[in-house]
Amino acid sequence: MEIGLAHYLTVAAILFSIGIFGIFMNRKNVIVILMSVELILLSVNINFVAFSSYLNDMGGQIFTMFILTVAAGEAAIGLAILVIYYRNRGSIAVEDIHLMKG
Amino acid sequence: MTETLLPDLAPAYGEIFMAIGAMALLMFGVFRGNKSTELVSLLTAAVMIVTLIITVTWNDTAVYTFENMFVVDRFTSFMKILVLVASALAVFMSMQYFKDEKEERFEYPILVLLATLGMMVMVSANDLMSLYMGLELQSLSLYVLASIRRDSELATEAGLKYFVLGALSSGILLFGSSLIYGFVGSTNFTVIGQTLSQASHGPDIGVIIGMVLVLAGLAFKISAVPFHMWTPDVYQGAPTPVTAFFAVAPKVAALALLVRVLYVPFGEMSESWTQVIVFMSLASMVLGSVAAVVQTNIKRLMAYSSIGHIGFALVGIAAGSQDGLRGLVIYMAIYLVMNVGTFACILAMRRKDGMVEDISDLAGLAQTRPAMAAALGIFMLSLAGIPPLAGFWGKWYVFKAVIATAVADPMATNYGLIMLAVIGVMASVVGAYYYLNIIKVMFFNEPEGEFILQKSRKLKAIMGVSAALMLLFLLPQINAPVLEYARMAAAALIS
Repeated sequence: MEIGLAHYLTVAAILFSIGIFGIFMNRKNVIVILMSVELILLSVNINFVAFSSYLNDMGGQIFTMFILTVAAGEAAIGLAILVIYYRNRGSIAVEDIHLMKG
Repeated sequence: MTETLLPDLAPAYGEIFMAIGAMALLMFGVFRGNKSTELVSLLTAAVMIVTLIITVTWNDTAVYTFENMFVVDRFTSFMKILVLVASALAVFMSMQYFKDEKEERFEYPILVLLATLGMMVMVSANDLMSLYMGLELQSLSLYVLASIRRDSELATEAGLKYFVLGALSSGILLFGSSLIYGFVGSTNFTVIGQTLSQASHGPDIGVIIGMVLVLAGLAFKISAVPFHMWTPDVYQGAPTPVTAFFAVAPKVAALALLVRVLYVPFGEMSESWTQVIVFMSLASMVLGSVAAVVQTNIKRLMAYSSIGHIGFALVGIAAGSQDGLRGLVIYMAIYLVMNVGTFACILAMRRKDGMVEDISDLAGLAQTRPAMAAALGIFMLSLAGIPPLAGFWGKWYVFKAVIATAVADPMATNYGLIMLAVIGVMASVVGAYYYLNIIKVMFFNEPEGEFILQKSRKLKAIMGVSAALMLLFLLPQINAPVLEYARMAAAALIS
């Protein structure tokens, strides 16, 4: 069986959905949320590279490079915020993030 | 065809200057330490003002550069002026706060500068790539700013919530971008617009899904309902000067980006997005008015207020006409002055145990600080949209445009737009309740404790000038240039 564009798009869509569900269904740990965010970004990368190869256009791969770079910065900032949060509260459980409501 | 090594840099001189300025100031701050915070703040404001001058002097028709990824026209110039003014004022307003809290950090003004640079790129973006890069430069700086008070539980929680939801929205926006790229074959706004207008049949389903996802990501950045959940928590938890910054500049930039995305690449698909915009606008106006009624924290109240105001601004997009866009641009200019003035008042009030946070803390302000109570009263009336203050005219222009569109329709099927205007006016009546409640607390309740007198001349000047602008907006000397420049800005996108 030939692996074509549709297969790549399906994998990317599944990964994207897992990422979204990981953010909303997860009740335990903020780290899991960070992992889900990375999963979303990687699914987008698969989409871009698949389209780029299908369309014979370099634009998508250049976009992917940008996304990879930004994802690294985003992970660094997310973990830094998580570290100062842990110092203040002594916990990174999702159910503990409720100081503000209403 | 001539091959050139460098693209035309002239349209981006302002951004280049800001980027170099931010790096130079960062080095300066590293070598001089936190005691140089005041100087770095002033220099940051100076960089913004120089950029403002560069932006103002660029008075040309639309110019594209960097492989058509970057555009400068009258619309971007106007929006950049608003962003730069809002950011420079936010830096000025923050100086006293960090000095009083003994939390001076030279990173703060530099992060504001980098966020502003991101906003400038967003406003000028003409490609999904430059859109994403600008948006992320802005967002990543804002996440750090929200949690700049590393020792505060509320601020770090606000930063964490903002980060998680912000990253999610960027992911959704990117997924939409990838679908648009795949189904149209380009990331460039102009090319996407041309391709869609030449298509013999309607747009592919993939393009529509992609557009909706991009719209959802941008709606998060302007905190339009149903993507507003983060706003109250982040506004409340972040330090007050950061909230003052969040309330204006990022909103203006994201709204400018939303307008360009809707009109340039997806102008052909206005039937698809008008319904979405009408829904977001309605929901934002209603939620912003109703949910604010029960708030006791003034920063949280301002969050719901800003959600409501974004709803009113979106009415201008729903109108889909040049007049509507002009109304939106005027609305954002007035919104900027109102919000900056209100936050200057909030920042100028302190008690022994810290900043004023609760509305009940404002009790009897009219007896202890009559001038400030009068200024805050003017801002509240203006936010509520009471004529003849400026806030009323902002709403006037957007509603006038949307009614004009609905009436001009020959089939007279646009009941949705008329309903939008009617419900919008009713929502602003409900919203008037909580603004007037603040005035009641200030003027008729008994004072409950001492305010520490704030000697900051900067805050007083900002308060005075903004209040005067609100009061005197009816004077043609003040409103004529705003109206004229707004018309030119709107004409740059819709002819």
